[in-house]
Amino acid sequence: MSATSAVLISGLTVTYNHTPILDDINLDIREGSFAGILGPNGAGKSTLLKVILGLIRPTRGEVQVFGESPDRQRRAGMIIGYLPQRPLTNPRFPITVLDVVLMGRYGQMGFLRRPRAADRQIARENLARVGIDHLAERPIGEISGGEQQRVFIARALSVRPRLLILDEPTISLDACGQDELYGLVARVKAELDLTVLMVSHDIGAVATHVDDIICLNRRLHVHQPPPIGRLALENTFGCSVEYLFHGEIPHRVVRVHDD
Amino acid sequence: MTELLSMGFFQRALLAGLLLSVLCGVLSVFVILRRLAFIGVGISHSAFGGVALGFLLGVDPLWTGIAFSVAVALLIEWARERGRIEEDAAIGIFFAASMALGVVFLHLSQTYNVDVFSFLFGNILAIGEKQVWQIVGVTAAVLATLGGCFKELVFISFDEEMAWVSGVPVRALRSLFLVIMALVVIVAIYLVGIILVSALLVIPGAVARNLSGHIRTMVVVSVVAAASSTLGGLLLSYGVDWPSGATVVLLLSAVFFLSALKKRPGRGPAG
Repeated sequence: MSATSAVLISGLTVTYNHTPILDDINLDIREGSFAGILGPNGAGKSTLLKVILGLIRPTRGEVQVFGESPDRQRRAGMIIGYLPQRPLTNPRFPITVLDVVLMGRYGQMGFLRRPRAADRQIARENLARVGIDHLAERPIGEISGGEQQRVFIARALSVRPRLLILDEPTISLDACGQDELYGLVARVKAELDLTVLMVSHDIGAVATHVDDIICLNRRLHVHQPPPIGRLALENTFGCSVEYLFHGEIPHRVVRVHDD
Repeated sequence: MTELLSMGFFQRALLAGLLLSVLCGVLSVFVILRRLAFIGVGISHSAFGGVALGFLLGVDPLWTGIAFSVAVALLIEWARERGRIEEDAAIGIFFAASMALGVVFLHLSQTYNVDVFSFLFGNILAIGEKQVWQIVGVTAAVLATLGGCFKELVFISFDEEMAWVSGVPVRALRSLFLVIMALVVIVAIYLVGIILVSALLVIPGAVARNLSGHIRTMVVVSVVAAASSTLGGLLLSYGVDWPSGATVVLLLSAVFFLSALKKRPGRGPAG
């Protein structure tokens, strides 16, 4: 694991209509790590991602992505692969799966240029990597939710990123689909030597898969899992969180265990 | 028929009509996919203010029309970006205001006459050589621009945020597209007039949406629908002596209703 920072944030404050969304955030995500951001609704998780992506400018403080400002990285269009929370806003949009994945190449192609064989090759490779090469010519709206999620991961990977950002990647998936997705992310992270930053509600999954847990509720706490204490979770979520801690990983208990 | 086709005015009308339908056919696909139909109505009606200003000042209404429509298009975009007012409300306000301005300009210029009527409802059969060249110029410029940033336009239509993250200049493209719409609206006024021009921006793309499941075939279907309705409309209007612009729009609407009978591609039985 390299010792350099993938994302370095110091003194970051973002206010919207004079209300602080993020308050004095300091964060250092090391290159090659898998970081999970946890926090309740409205904690500023998406805002933090958007600052890192260069979509929102900080009110105060500084953000660097691989040593450069997010806005410069965005214009260069080369560093970050991004999976938005709701990637398919118009399910009937008339393009194929391969067209969507090729969009990952657009940032590096420039105007007037059409996708070349090399771009198609990269898109095909990434479709194969996420296991849906056979769907390439299907309309994007006609495949299942889990398959769509893989399409958008393939698009993010087609940027050939060093940093992969996932915003609630499992929110529309069933339990099996969620497990598969975490497995997939872990696999591509290892294959492509990526830094991964994932926002999630899913405390159990985050604690199982990530190296660093970032608890965010306007302010920030960083933990090394496992375990993260009940107090830390309660500080973040602002209410008592019904998690029991036995074994290595904190998890939510729905029914009384036999053991 | 051959006699008709050998007449200079009809040849000009056919050429102009065909160029305009190619132009509107391509643009219409994006108008439908980006849900800009109402902006199209707003921009075209606001052209009335500009055209009337042209009559008042005694200059070619084309230029004042373009200036007015582009200004209104960018004002709508500006209002949308500031987020203080809903976009549809902004459109409703700007286009009513510029039409009202147009009425006042016309009153001041004392020329409420046939010229104005042909701007309102189109009169392609009376089109002159100069106007044909204007249409040729706009068609070439707009098609070259749309071709040059086709993939970026598809990207921002599909997912604006993602396009932004990928380094696509989303804001510039949005404004560029509105300026293109304003230009096309102004030259298409020769064919169907200010009141009906939004039909050319909306219906061909809607027909293509009904008949096609991929954006590239949509462009082809849209252009074919626009061109065939324009040709058919011009011939029919001459035959039965109806107003040409309105006949074209009626034919286009009929094509749309026919296309709506077909089950949409990419849609399951449940809708």
